[in-house]
Amino acid sequence: MSGHSTYVPKTALGKWFEARLPVVRLLHDTAVSYPTPRNLNALWTFGGILSAMLVVQIVTGIVLAMHYAADSRVAFQSVEGIMRDVNWGWLIRYLHSNGASMFFIAVYIHIFRGLYYGSYKAPREILWILGVIIYLLMMAAGFMGYVLPWGQMSFWGATVITNFFTAIPIIGQPIQTLLIGGFSVDNATLNRFFSLHYLIPFLIAGVVVLHIWALHVAGQNNPLGIDVKSDKDTVPFTPYATSKDVLWIVLFMIFYGWFVFYQPNFLGHPDNYIEANPLATPAHIVPEWYFLPFYAILRAIDFNIGPIDAKLGGVLAMFGAIAVLAFLPWLDTSKVRSGNFRPIFRVAFWVFAVNALFLGYLGSVKTDDIILGMQAVRWAQLSTAYYFAYFLIILPLLGYIEKPKPLPLSINDAILAKSAAGSAH
Amino acid sequence: MTAKMIRWAAAAIGLGIALSTSFAAAEETATEFPLLKPTRQEWSFAGFFGQYDQAQLQRGYHIYKEVCSSCHSMKLVKFRNLADEGGPGFTEEQVKALAAEFTIMDGPNDEGEMFERPRLPSDPFPSPYPNDKAASFSNGGAIPPDLSLIAKARAVHRGFPQFVFDMFWPYQEQGPDYIASLLTGYQDPPPEGVEVPEGTYYNPHFMNGISLRMPPPIDDDLLEYTDGTPQTKEQYAKDVAAFLMWAAEPHLDARKALGLKVMLYLIVFAGILYFAKRQVWRGVPH
Repeated sequence: MSGHSTYVPKTALGKWFEARLPVVRLLHDTAVSYPTPRNLNALWTFGGILSAMLVVQIVTGIVLAMHYAADSRVAFQSVEGIMRDVNWGWLIRYLHSNGASMFFIAVYIHIFRGLYYGSYKAPREILWILGVIIYLLMMAAGFMGYVLPWGQMSFWGATVITNFFTAIPIIGQPIQTLLIGGFSVDNATLNRFFSLHYLIPFLIAGVVVLHIWALHVAGQNNPLGIDVKSDKDTVPFTPYATSKDVLWIVLFMIFYGWFVFYQPNFLGHPDNYIEANPLATPAHIVPEWYFLPFYAILRAIDFNIGPIDAKLGGVLAMFGAIAVLAFLPWLDTSKVRSGNFRPIFRVAFWVFAVNALFLGYLGSVKTDDIILGMQAVRWAQLSTAYYFAYFLIILPLLGYIEKPKPLPLSINDAILAKSAAGSAH
Repeated sequence: MTAKMIRWAAAAIGLGIALSTSFAAAEETATEFPLLKPTRQEWSFAGFFGQYDQAQLQRGYHIYKEVCSSCHSMKLVKFRNLADEGGPGFTEEQVKALAAEFTIMDGPNDEGEMFERPRLPSDPFPSPYPNDKAASFSNGGAIPPDLSLIAKARAVHRGFPQFVFDMFWPYQEQGPDYIASLLTGYQDPPPEGVEVPEGTYYNPHFMNGISLRMPPPIDDDLLEYTDGTPQTKEQYAKDVAAFLMWAAEPHLDARKALGLKVMLYLIVFAGILYFAKRQVWRGVPH
């Protein structure tokens, strides 16, 4: 962001650095003088919260790796060694295992904020796609991390999920064999998953840098969804955005601490405290909670579609459910960004949000469970249909049929109007 | 227009709630195990200030040692843990004596021979069978599970909407509740018309069927308590369940004590940050 740099080196050391590597200028422009819309609400602090969570996960993860042994004969015992004998090991491990869930809670709020306020629209398409890539990497990291304790759900979750790849014709089987390093999940799987689990967070950090770079080129969206028109619409990042970010990061840490200290096993599965046993299949294999909506979509396809059998259909639907996000900037045809000015979109959005939660629930039950007199799998089909309809039918059409409410002229205008209305009361 | 949309949204949310409340009803109709949900008990280690009751853990160890350990291993717990802070609180001398009651194969010595020696506090609890095959052979084909983590490895599915409430009001004692219910839940003879497989015992609290291979392990007055605690089946079950919870989660006391400090710190810190933020934004309409 060289366009608006206001950094002036004052000290001799500062000037010396400036002439050689202007890293202080970069930091100043990024985190101090960067103009941020003054009307951002608390939902805009989740970027900062996610950065904090990435740091927490990397730091606790590195410490755990010092004590963990990625060998299928001792992995389970080494995790228990961390829990029992390593100083503060229980804390570090609970921070890391619950931290993964917190990371996903924060990223889902961040994504839904983007969906509601149209943060994916021009000129932020690349910013959004980078976000989708981060999300995919997070899913890979979360999945592989869950395998490492080598409990029953680790093992059987890995077996079920890697089995998806065999649905792909011809190349599917070789891909699965390569992925798990053999014909079934075993020590080779554990070793490569550990290696990749250690690598991926640094890939995420790299894409996060690009994500923030793209953000600083396009500028932040805001609840009104209108472009920044003048300096009156913005405030400098520090102290305004920083004071807000730090507050919400600490509030989020309270929420995080609630789980770590008072219910560290709420988000896990009891079966993962049983060591992996290839000869005993758990009655009900479920993935981590943050994959449940996609798991429901996978299992919703229980019928063949022409040459595509049910298994491949399910896998395609599941990956499609994520891939469709990348095309969102071009699927939403409305010129108006913020859902606040889009009456019909708003309803479709909230139905989408409730539907996503419902899919998560459906992912956690057995497909033949009866819900309101109908099999769970039938509900999953309806929900999956709405999930895709939202992206492929509703959003493309709404741009043409919806009449948005009038937009304010500028962020500053809207704020002045609001405070005038406030003082009139 | 807007009002109409809000009504739509409200209707959608209402429908969502209606759908979700009916899940519980739907779940009850399915034949799920256990037939009876675990009975919720009072535990000294439940809640925000919960800590283990030392005397209870000692009684629980007594039951584990005299009853459970004849079939079940507990490989992850070492004798020294019995003297750890937040545990049963045995003294180091007591632990040495408890460990020395058992032997362990050690070696090779300088002559290359394996030898048996008394256990030390650094040694793990002894296992009743040399391997799983032996365990299975002695128990009619069932392997008695290791008890190190059993209190965290067993939880009866709470279903919707209870699990949502559990998020806000933690219920992390599902394991001990299940264990206590299972140990006292045997019914002999089984209800009329119920056939149980040969060599198994009917127990409606069992998670994986109507009966299990473990015979009812405890009964009233099975063991003597020296501290005046009632010698009932229920009390034994509760004490051993508490001990198993400690075995599975030995740092619970430290966790809850630290949690209180961390949470208080964060709440005060958040308060300060809130006023700092207000100060920063004062005079800046937003």
